[in-house]
Amino acid sequence: MAVPVEYVPKTFRPRLSTYWWLGRWPYLRFILRELSSVSVAWFVVVTLVQIRALKRGPASYLAFQGWMRHPVLIVLNAIAFFFVIFHAVTWFNLAPKAMAVRLGGKRVPSLMIALPNYVAWAVVSAGVAWILLRG
Amino acid sequence: MLFSAGGVVAALLIPIQLFLFGLAIPLGWLPGPTYASLLALAAHPLARLYLLVLCTLPLFHWAHRFRYTLYDGLQIKHLNELINTFCYGGAIVGSILAAYLLWRM
Repeated sequence: MAVPVEYVPKTFRPRLSTYWWLGRWPYLRFILRELSSVSVAWFVVVTLVQIRALKRGPASYLAFQGWMRHPVLIVLNAIAFFFVIFHAVTWFNLAPKAMAVRLGGKRVPSLMIALPNYVAWAVVSAGVAWILLRG
Repeated sequence: MLFSAGGVVAALLIPIQLFLFGLAIPLGWLPGPTYASLLALAAHPLARLYLLVLCTLPLFHWAHRFRYTLYDGLQIKHLNELINTFCYGGAIVGSILAAYLLWRM
């Protein structure tokens, strides 16, 4: 006679579709936010190409500038720019959620935590622009 | 931690840099620095440090984020060895390249 064995059912875990993120706007927005990191990497690649061109001499840098004016590059950089802005805004807006700051027992409103980030962003951007544009 | 640092650097610095060198200067909205002045600027030790940070930390931010996007987005976590090599390996290669380029300007 067979020894009875206790039957333990495996938990039912449905396989998620590869396209689950297309199902709802919040999911798509999440994936787009994560994909903004690709634009970040793109910027680094372009900057390294720029540095290399700079090192190789005026002719090389001139060629780089010509390359950057190509419509395809302009479009790619414009798309990357929007994604990078998207990254910055979502990043700064996450700061209040990551740090629950309390002052005198009451929670500091999100805007007060996000705002310094935006101010820093504006100041840093102005600084960089000034250094680069003063010629 | 690298991910956070990279995210902060990317958020604060990349927008203006990309706007200037990717759009405003190529499209002629703003006059760019001359070759000579840009080279002189980039050769400065502080500028090289700035560029090193600008070109390494965001790569690690991408690596970490893209890895999980591939896992969760495309549901290909079983390819994790390939994904990790590609992501973190890519970030390391990029960082070494940046350091090499910036070592002697």
